[in-house]
Amino acid sequence: MTSEAGVSLRSVASGAGVAGPARIGRRLVQGNALPVLTVVAALVVIWYAGAVWLNAPWAYDQAGRAGVELGPVDLVAATWSQDRPRLPAPHQVGAELWRTTMEVAPTSRRSLVYHAWITLSATAVGFGLGALLGVVLAASIVLNRAMDASVMPWVIASQTIPILAIAPMIIVVLASLGVTGLMPKAVISMYLSFFPVAVGMVKGLRSPEPMLMDQMRTWNASTSQTFWKLRWPAAVPYLFASLKVGVAASLVGAIIGELPTGAVAGLGARMLSGSYFGQTVQIWSALVMAAILAACLVGAVGLVERLTKRAMGVVA
Amino acid sequence: MAVIEARGLGLTFQTGDGPVHALTDVNLAIEKGDFVTFIGPSGCGKTTFLRVAADLEQPTAGTITVNGMSPDEARRNRAYGYVFQAAGLFPWRSIERNIRLPLEIMGYGRDEARERTTRVLELVELTGFEKKYPWQLSGGMQQRASIARALAFDADILLMDEPFGALDEIVRDKLNEQLLALWARTGKTIGFVTHSIPEAVYLSTRIVVMSPRPGRVTDVIESPLPQERPLHIRESHDFLEIAARVRDGLRAGIGDDI
Repeated sequence: MTSEAGVSLRSVASGAGVAGPARIGRRLVQGNALPVLTVVAALVVIWYAGAVWLNAPWAYDQAGRAGVELGPVDLVAATWSQDRPRLPAPHQVGAELWRTTMEVAPTSRRSLVYHAWITLSATAVGFGLGALLGVVLAASIVLNRAMDASVMPWVIASQTIPILAIAPMIIVVLASLGVTGLMPKAVISMYLSFFPVAVGMVKGLRSPEPMLMDQMRTWNASTSQTFWKLRWPAAVPYLFASLKVGVAASLVGAIIGELPTGAVAGLGARMLSGSYFGQTVQIWSALVMAAILAACLVGAVGLVERLTKRAMGVVA
Repeated sequence: MAVIEARGLGLTFQTGDGPVHALTDVNLAIEKGDFVTFIGPSGCGKTTFLRVAADLEQPTAGTITVNGMSPDEARRNRAYGYVFQAAGLFPWRSIERNIRLPLEIMGYGRDEARERTTRVLELVELTGFEKKYPWQLSGGMQQRASIARALAFDADILLMDEPFGALDEIVRDKLNEQLLALWARTGKTIGFVTHSIPEAVYLSTRIVVMSPRPGRVTDVIESPLPQERPLHIRESHDFLEIAARVRDGLRAGIGDDI
């Protein structure tokens, strides 16, 4: 009697124990989680392996000077814990990120949150200006044939100039006009972000089918009515696609704007000072911070896109 | 006075492969209250004729008047409603707001626009679908909404370019019946393009048979069918006789081309 009860209890317990993970496992396989986690895990493994490979010469050198023989385990330990590794290991970057965001006040110069905020504010201003410029350019190109012929080549030419070449000039010119601080960085950010918006919106504003344009004509709609009631709403999907590219480009622009200025704050300044002093962990943590920032910005645009589409009744 | 009158009308498109004669020497008068159907194979110019009347194409020869005016003036006076092959509803507007679109453009007041929208939705039997978006409606319902939109403002002429071409036969029969009822109720002049012989014969007071290369009118048939037309009229002797004449006209026009 007792033993039977014990057996049945045990079977129930083990049954429950199997069912739980099995269900989670099934959900992992069915959803996106498993492939995503696999890719992340693969990247982390490759990163760690790369750290061993790139940092090994230094580790051997150090060991040779100290007259110590390095075993495989020692080697791995040595390559993952250097002060100035060629490629810091993920956990080193993670620790640096934690230290510079969580353990110092966000207003401190040593806080990555502070530097990210400096870069973000220039990005936001640059993105706003760039998006506006892109939309205005696209509208004038679509509505005016002379603009199409005269402006579009310049828009394209502007992007063939390496930004690294033109950024210092923008800063010098603006500084001579007395504009310093956030604005020069925002201008460079704008320079990079207006282009995808302009190109995307030209396509978007031209996207209504000829039939719909004919329809507006049969109603004797004015150019501005056709623009606001047909071209503009038809361009909304293109607008958000190009804003996503534009916001990422804005961030790159703001960071680049911080490099040649001798800026003391911002993610770009953080990367630059890191490279002066060989602080690779600092560079990488600034890079990761920039990537997180970019992901957040693109995500925010995506959120606005979803809300806009829902308000328009076009549920994707 | 004819509502639409064409004299020696011609339209030649210049293309890379040389000129294409879409219309040559079309003489036609459409009277008030007529239901005129244009039928013919692709390339016969039936759609082009409608587009010229709507000022969407410019003729290269002859003259055409709409309500006694040039097509351009007629369009500016909003003399006609045009229904295209596809419903052409704006996906970001509800059905109600789609129908209100031409009214907004023409500057109708909010109350009047609402009243007209309600009325035309009733006319095409779409009451209750005001808040739906186009993708929530079937193809036939979308096309009905499109017709409602063309009826919403006071145009005496309705130009319809194969409006039911993409719909299945059962839906098409029903819409044909509804269209006749609507025509009887509103007294509009309708120009209707199709390549279905039964559709042409069932709907029209006059059938204009056209042929391609060059696009031209080969026959104009006055229908002896009564205005009251139940669907089964299509088995009647008169109906079959007209259908045969249309078919002969089409065959003669095409010649050995096919």
